[in-house]
Amino acid sequence: MLEIRYVWEWPVRITHWINALCIVVLAVTGIYIGNPFLLAPSPDAFVMGWVRFIHYVFAYLFTVSMVARIIWLFIGNQHASWKAFVPWAFSKGRENMWGTFKYYTFIEKKVPYVVGHNALAAAAYSLVFALFLVQIVTGFALYGQYQPGSFWDVIFGPLFGLFSSPGVRLTHHVVTWLLIGFAIHHIYSAWLMDIKEKNGTLSSIFSGYKFMNPEDLK
Amino acid sequence: MQKEQYQSPVEVSEDILQKWEARGVNRRDFLKFCSTMTAALALPVSFIPRIAEALEGDNRPPVIWMEFQGCTGDTEALLRANQPTAAELILDYLSLEYNETIMAAAGHQAEKAKYDAVEKYKGKYIAIVEGSIPMADGGVYCTVAGESALDVARKVCGSAAATIAVGTCAAYGGIPAAAPNPTGAVSISRAVPGATVINLPGCPLNADNLTAVIVHYLTFGRLPATDSFGRPRFAYGKRIHDNCERRSHFDAGQYAESFGDPGHRQGWCLYKLGCKGPQTYHNCPTVRYNEGTSWPVMAGHGCIGCSEPAFWDTMSPFYRRLPQVPGFGVEATADKIGLGLAAATAVAFGAHGVASALRKGDAHETDKVKEEE
Repeated sequence: MLEIRYVWEWPVRITHWINALCIVVLAVTGIYIGNPFLLAPSPDAFVMGWVRFIHYVFAYLFTVSMVARIIWLFIGNQHASWKAFVPWAFSKGRENMWGTFKYYTFIEKKVPYVVGHNALAAAAYSLVFALFLVQIVTGFALYGQYQPGSFWDVIFGPLFGLFSSPGVRLTHHVVTWLLIGFAIHHIYSAWLMDIKEKNGTLSSIFSGYKFMNPEDLK
Repeated sequence: MQKEQYQSPVEVSEDILQKWEARGVNRRDFLKFCSTMTAALALPVSFIPRIAEALEGDNRPPVIWMEFQGCTGDTEALLRANQPTAAELILDYLSLEYNETIMAAAGHQAEKAKYDAVEKYKGKYIAIVEGSIPMADGGVYCTVAGESALDVARKVCGSAAATIAVGTCAAYGGIPAAAPNPTGAVSISRAVPGATVINLPGCPLNADNLTAVIVHYLTFGRLPATDSFGRPRFAYGKRIHDNCERRSHFDAGQYAESFGDPGHRQGWCLYKLGCKGPQTYHNCPTVRYNEGTSWPVMAGHGCIGCSEPAFWDTMSPFYRRLPQVPGFGVEATADKIGLGLAAATAVAFGAHGVASALRKGDAHETDKVKEEE
């Protein structure tokens, strides 16, 4: 008998979609800032000005969303918990990671049956969270350059002494591309699991519900 | 009430002005100089008389100017200073005890003058260092009168009241310290860690900033406030970008795409030609070079970030926004590599998707699926 399970609580779903929106907007505006591919027709335009403004607004939104999600790592349910994101720390998680890896590489026929994230995906999200933090830190460091002594400059300015300001800028670009690569992988894997697991993976990030047969979890 | 405030006079005593006239600097030029210095140091107008008095006091600071691994560009920049002229004020006013390029003395006589000055004015003179100091192989790569640059710097900067590192080489190592740095070149603050050093990077430095630092020292008896890289805030407290005359074109979205194209001829922003103005702190746009005539961006060339630490290694390629990605060819930019990476990811997952779609019997619950009639 299929059970309807409430897997993704609303803060998880909201932060997921805010992050998705922010990543799209930040990537597009960021690529424009790095390489302004459209030239303004007349000097009374404010193209770069607006693009940068949007980039900064969404940077703050993204940061707030990340902070909220990090808080939820500690108060959310077991699927949202930080424990889900370090599967390598638990024997069951290691087993599932290996199982999922074998499935992806066509060695194994069946993917391990789990309710929340599959273990390999959760491990990947840990890396992605780290990349998000790198983007936030390097991004606000670069933002702080407009005013030495400003809040962001005081907090993250020392990075320029360690990595030089072109180094920080390069990192911000490279990580953007890694995240674009991740987005491609993420959409693909969600699609694949939706088909193969037949438990409503894709719709679950809208509704929060997945459909499970408790028998299969044993 | 307000009128009175405006009327508060900035008076420089007649005595001072007459003394300068006797020296051949007319009062107008002298007042202009004091005003320029006050403005350069970001001080209020009321400081003009104070600066004039400080310059008048009988406290000519002895200066020992040493050149190590440099190109003499900073000396050249100073000799071409005009506020008033270097000859009229800076060199006359300062008691320049030693400077390889312009001193009359030579050989042992000159070296003796240097160390006599160190002894005589111990703890009171200003040391100015131009060029970096080689540390490799016992410092053999730069010697003056048989003494290594490091030994000279230790002796002279070690007992100076203050050391001013002029130019990027002295401030951060500059071009001699660029990879692979065969001579082990370092900045003066790293070569002589105990010395009180203020950095005036730039390639060359702006002589107006050097003059302003000296005037600050004479007026207040100490060096001006510095940032985390040891640069005075009055000169390096703002980005080139934020005072740039082409900034409005940046915000508008108008960029020169190549040298000589219509955008370039119309004075559009040089961002896409690799201008490092957005990450370089210097007062070039406001003070400019050569009697305030021009500066690189005004002349149509992007900033190369010459006053930033490790500029040769980190600010190049000069005509690109971003540094080269290690391990890739010269033509590969981070964004091209990124695009390739994203495309490769899409292709890889696409192939995986085709294989997975054709794969049978790996789906959960397949046995429970009811086929629709």
